[in-house]
Amino acid sequence: MQHHTHEVILEIKNLDVNFYTNQRCNKALRGVSFSMRKGKTLCIVGESGCGKSVTANSIMQLLPELSRIESGSITYQSKKGEIRIDTLKRNGQQMRRIRGKEIAMIFQDPMTALNPVFTVGFQIDEMIRSHNAVSKRAAAKKSVSLLKDMGVSLPEQRVHEYPHQYSGGMRQRAMIAMAMACSPNVLIADEPTTALDVTIQAQIFELMLELKVKKDMAILLITHDMGVVAEMADDVAVMYMGNIVESGTAEQVLASPAHPYTRALLLSIPVLGKGKNQKLEPIRGTTPDPYNRPPGCQFAPRCDYASPVCLEQMPPETDLGEGHMVRCFNYKEISHAAR
Amino acid sequence: MQPDKNPVREVLMKIENLKTYFPVKKGVFKRTVGHVKAVDGVSLDVFRGETLGIVGESGCGKTTLGKTILRLCSASEGSVKYQFPDGEQDILQLKGTELDRARKSLQIVFQDPYSSLNPAFTIFGSFADPLRKFGVKKRKEQEEIVAKLLADVNLPRDYMTRYPNEFSGGQRQRIGIARALSVNPELIVCDEAVSALDVSIQAQVLKLLKKLQNEHNLTYLFITHDLSVVEYVADRIAVMYLGKVVELAETDELFKHTLHPYTKALLSAIPIADITRKRKRIPLQGDVPSPVNPPAGCPFHPRCKYCTDRCRTDAPLLTPGTSEGQIHYVSCHHAQEIAEGRME
Amino acid sequence: MGSKALARKMDRLLEKENQGLLKSSNISRSLRKLTANSLAISGLVLFIIMVGACIAAPLLSSYGPNAIDLRNRLSPPGSGHILGTDQIGRDIFTRILYGGRISIFVGLGSALGAALIGISLGTYAGYRRGWLDSIIMKTSEIMMSFPQIILVSILVTIVGQSLWNLILIFILTGWPSMYRMARSQMLSIRELEYIQALQAFGIGSFTISFKHMLPNAIGPIFVNITLSTAMFILQEAALSFLGLGVPLEQATWGNILNVAQDLNILRNAWWVWLPVGLVITFFVLAINFVGDGLRDAADPTQAG
Repeated sequence: MQHHTHEVILEIKNLDVNFYTNQRCNKALRGVSFSMRKGKTLCIVGESGCGKSVTANSIMQLLPELSRIESGSITYQSKKGEIRIDTLKRNGQQMRRIRGKEIAMIFQDPMTALNPVFTVGFQIDEMIRSHNAVSKRAAAKKSVSLLKDMGVSLPEQRVHEYPHQYSGGMRQRAMIAMAMACSPNVLIADEPTTALDVTIQAQIFELMLELKVKKDMAILLITHDMGVVAEMADDVAVMYMGNIVESGTAEQVLASPAHPYTRALLLSIPVLGKGKNQKLEPIRGTTPDPYNRPPGCQFAPRCDYASPVCLEQMPPETDLGEGHMVRCFNYKEISHAAR
Repeated sequence: MQPDKNPVREVLMKIENLKTYFPVKKGVFKRTVGHVKAVDGVSLDVFRGETLGIVGESGCGKTTLGKTILRLCSASEGSVKYQFPDGEQDILQLKGTELDRARKSLQIVFQDPYSSLNPAFTIFGSFADPLRKFGVKKRKEQEEIVAKLLADVNLPRDYMTRYPNEFSGGQRQRIGIARALSVNPELIVCDEAVSALDVSIQAQVLKLLKKLQNEHNLTYLFITHDLSVVEYVADRIAVMYLGKVVELAETDELFKHTLHPYTKALLSAIPIADITRKRKRIPLQGDVPSPVNPPAGCPFHPRCKYCTDRCRTDAPLLTPGTSEGQIHYVSCHHAQEIAEGRME
Repeated sequence: MGSKALARKMDRLLEKENQGLLKSSNISRSLRKLTANSLAISGLVLFIIMVGACIAAPLLSSYGPNAIDLRNRLSPPGSGHILGTDQIGRDIFTRILYGGRISIFVGLGSALGAALIGISLGTYAGYRRGWLDSIIMKTSEIMMSFPQIILVSILVTIVGQSLWNLILIFILTGWPSMYRMARSQMLSIRELEYIQALQAFGIGSFTISFKHMLPNAIGPIFVNITLSTAMFILQEAALSFLGLGVPLEQATWGNILNVAQDLNILRNAWWVWLPVGLVITFFVLAINFVGDGLRDAADPTQAG
């Protein structure tokens, strides 16, 4: 599907996830497939409720109690061979070993991941010691050097401080330090900078880019911001209502979007530098109720190009060449209209 | 840049040296040990019919500024002179019925569509008390007005009998806008009005705000952290940092000839959804200092790469300069030198 | 729930969903969660039965609650007297039913009275903050730091023993916790943007706090009233047992228990104190089940 220059480390195929809360069944993910490559950043972009966080949580087996993976596979290439994450027990020993050591995750709100009653240093030590047999002293030394790597000033002092003594940006750095404690091969970042200011966001992205290159890490960055995608992504997957509607390299998806949703999304956001008279084209309507989904293509009711077939069935994945995938019956017509 | 259509613009609201300090209390006896200087000496003119964008990062005091003008926070110092239909008055000094009349002229739209409507009340219920307060007593009349307001924000009439939990974020935000319009205000403070909305909904609400501005001749004080949004809606932009306005100019002018080092860094940090444009990012070191103990001199100096000894001791004032005939206010000792490339 | 039971639940839902059987219900989520809670429902049923029996006491028993029958003293359960008689020959079953009227009245009345005062103060002061709130808060702290039994003893000696005085004392000692609960609710609600919107219209404090804020705190308030009712019933029983509660000539659950102070009755006439003890236990348990069910139903963090 993608170029073979970089080794695939995590592959998701045809993933279906259902939620069963409130006595209803919400088909949160349908046929989600993508692969992550070493040393590359894959951005999943979409609006709230599109299933982007569900995808991340499925990889980490962190789905809520009343939900499950119905079908599909999540395959992780560890050094010792393939691991099918979807078949592991949610809180079994194997899964716990993967979490943190092989695949680490950072969240939007660092306060949910850091325990307020322990010092930051202690929490990083814990992380190191739970996955590696090292002495307390060695772990403490590593914690200091990790914080230093993450750009925390005066790390020797700050390891002894509590999360509330850190600023928002510093907390996010501390959380990344914790995530990096066991040098994972995959980093999942779920809206890591949404709660931060843009200047701090820029600092965190700088750090993530550095880590990606230095450690040859695969990063899954989940965001709702097309600007972030343009800045950070090597590969992009656009999600809408539980489906990946378009995927490919950042150039392919952003410069020549094939799916009407991607195109509409790009046209609906004001772009810095285009001035007051730029044309904004809002997407009409609202995202459908997840319990009352349209039968065919999920975007059809809001789509300007919808044809009768779109209302009946979900379009299959179409390869446009060089790994550019789109799920749309009318993509040819649309790219024609655009030119 | 097109020439100004009406060069003599009417000043609707004149904010002078406004300060809003919140006491920091500690200990058993709640002694005041310091102040959060949320708004620290802001002077701004707001012209009738314009959209003035107020941008800045969290903690810069932009929201407090908006709330102080609406008397939702009490000011410590300064004045807000507003041109009411029957003459100029300082909003901060108003009391009782005079203040109520002022509230008819100034309204606010909030950020969070999920907490800005009362979940226990129908949409009509959220409108009823404000309408009654301003003289519409009969239920029939109230209903007619609410229906008209809903129509203004492109929502059907029957929504008024429903509860907020039946609506999406975008619809709720429109209802919030309609509620602000219910008293026919002249000036609306939009406090991060689109920040919490999904990107595809943002554009709908932004367009709606522009449409309403034309129809009702509204003046907006558009408070946001999102420079891309503010570039699209605002006529003029004021950039705030640590309770102070550091730069103020017409939108195009500000983006074309950015003067303040902070604004430059802020602009360069914004991710742009256009991969054909790659820019050089100006990295900013460290965090915004605490507004309890803002640095002496220029508030931005600890993070500024052009910082000199003068910046550390001497606070710059917001002074007008001109470039290509446009008035451009900036508060930086070295703005001129930086603009001319004499400082590196 | 075990993982297998969970899987079965999910299978069932999936099948129904695929058949298109599931519809978004108009009944609120909270109500559905409450009806699905079997403990709460059985508590509610028990509560209704017991209250109903107390109200219908004259229909269920032919004796009067204070009818003395000196020929039948301390007769064990059996013919004529379902639960036997006490030391002066009063029918125990009848006394439990009539006593329930007073006990439940004391419990519910005190809880409602305490709620009225505590919540009114808490709603207004919690919204306004400032000196009013500080004064009430300090007062409530003082009230809560007195050992209640001493406070009650003092008040009983001052105002004397009567049913109404007992309720008055319970209200006096009970409002601080209601105040604090209402206040904390208001403190979180007042930060919401719709309150600021009302302030921007210049709507008065009374209207904002009582009309717009209070309805959003009604869930926790209701839970608190139920649980307080149970607490006051227990307190009435405890105080009456000590002889500090309702005057002894009036039948209440606590007053029936009072005779168990006599070691002879405690040892030899179990029917005098055991049934009423069980009735109190089950009644309080029922209320607590309902209260807990209401709390869980109102809690959005618990899935259902």
